Amino acid sequence: MTLITITDLSVRYGKNIALQNMNLSLSAGEIVTIVGPNGSGKTTLFKAIIGSAPLSSGKVKLKPNIKIGYVPQQLNIDATLPITVERFFKLTQKIEDKSYQKALEIMGSKDLLNSQMSTLSGGELQRVLLSRALIDEPDLLLLDEATRGLDQPGAAAFYRKIETIRNDTGCAILMISHDLHVVMSASDRVICLNGHICCQGAPDSVASSPEYKELFGSDVDGTFALYKHNHDHSHHSEKKPL
Amino acid sequence: MLDDFMIRASLGGIGVALAAAPLGCFIVWRRMAYFGEATAHAALLGIALSLTFEFSVFLGAILVALIMASLVTLYEGRSLFLDTLLGVAGHSAIAAGLVIVSFISGIRIDLMAYLIGDILAVSRLDLILIWAGAGIILSLIIWRWSPLLLVTLNEDLAAANGFNPKKESFILTVSLAIVVAVGIKVVGVLLIIAMLIIPAASARSVSTTPEAMGIVASLIGVSSAILGLNAAYIFDTPTGPSIVCVASTFFLISILIRAFFNSRNNF
Repeated sequence: MTLITITDLSVRYGKNIALQNMNLSLSAGEIVTIVGPNGSGKTTLFKAIIGSAPLSSGKVKLKPNIKIGYVPQQLNIDATLPITVERFFKLTQKIEDKSYQKALEIMGSKDLLNSQMSTLSGGELQRVLLSRALIDEPDLLLLDEATRGLDQPGAAAFYRKIETIRNDTGCAILMISHDLHVVMSASDRVICLNGHICCQGAPDSVASSPEYKELFGSDVDGTFALYKHNHDHSHHSEKKPL
Repeated sequence: MLDDFMIRASLGGIGVALAAAPLGCFIVWRRMAYFGEATAHAALLGIALSLTFEFSVFLGAILVALIMASLVTLYEGRSLFLDTLLGVAGHSAIAAGLVIVSFISGIRIDLMAYLIGDILAVSRLDLILIWAGAGIILSLIIWRWSPLLLVTLNEDLAAANGFNPKKESFILTVSLAIVVAVGIKVVGVLLIIAMLIIPAASARSVSTTPEAMGIVASLIGVSSAILGLNAAYIFDTPTGPSIVCVASTFFLISILIRAFFNSRNNF
């Protein structure tokens, strides 16, 4: 079942073209990783999907009544804002106890419920944000550089969790990766973005080669993969080639 | 009963405090203090225009404050030097207001009353405007409380949950313009920002939920208004500044409370 169909999408901010003639479709249960340099339109693509980017042309078609779980990079929690994790979970959504308990369990965030949001560490905040996205049992998870700030074992654990979530719930996962070459091995597709889709394909499994194993260590075994870019065109701009 | 000027003044002060405190929490959480100040300064230009063309001061203040706040909201996120822009716009407005007022030679105008308020001159009509404004702001903020909190935490998260961050933020913009306008008589355009942020800042150290902070801030704001008004009556000091001084005292006490608990937790 197709969740998202994006056709000929262009987004402009003033004179700047953030995305041009972008086409993308995403099916239920798919894991797609988006890579690309800064300013390549990764976040703009997310904004277009959640309806907060001004589309200058093209269409973003979502499955009717789609439930999107969005995991942002950061929250703007000022130290003056007192709010517990539990209150944050229940802020605007109606919560069904069963899915709520399940979301807490998957991410192990039950012990954080009474913590103040502003005191969470980077890893804890990441867990809380993902839990919140899972509560509503989404059809699609959008992860914006979710592993930034995590060390390699932390990122590996996070990727394993994401894969488990996909296998358990069947939701599709679209994630932005800050690393151009090392991606989650469970990705069905990797899309390299630079204003438009430069290239896409399946990542090469890292697990198969002993040299890679040595490089990444054994505790992250099998969670990372390399993506080989296959660009068939060059950019006539000052943007650095990948 | 409303003939007694002290009762009218108290009711006016309480109304402004109730309108300002919960909104002030959002101003503090979203780090919009400077934005609030620029909007309040802009109101002086509105006052000057209304005195020149002889229409309601309240209307002039609310219109210019609203225009100023909307323009800034429009530019928010597009400009990297928003702080500078706010400084330029707010102070230009206050300067232009003062220059315009100097041209009005026919009537003697007590500008101080608009800058720091003249709560003892609050009329019945003023009271109606103040309480109507407070009613509108409180209803808007209570109605949109949770979405506003979510937008404050992350606009995209709110958008993904089906809220329009721009619409929600506009509620704060409108509320700010109303608070500035109803606060003129009570604390004036220079001090209204104090009624927004000082009670909220004082409430922080004793609150563990956003709702508690809103309620405590309101209590502190109302207490400051009543105590400040009485202090001004007893010591014959200007009322607006007296109210703000009491609020500042609450803030000092809250810092001491926090310091006390922090030091106890460390042992």
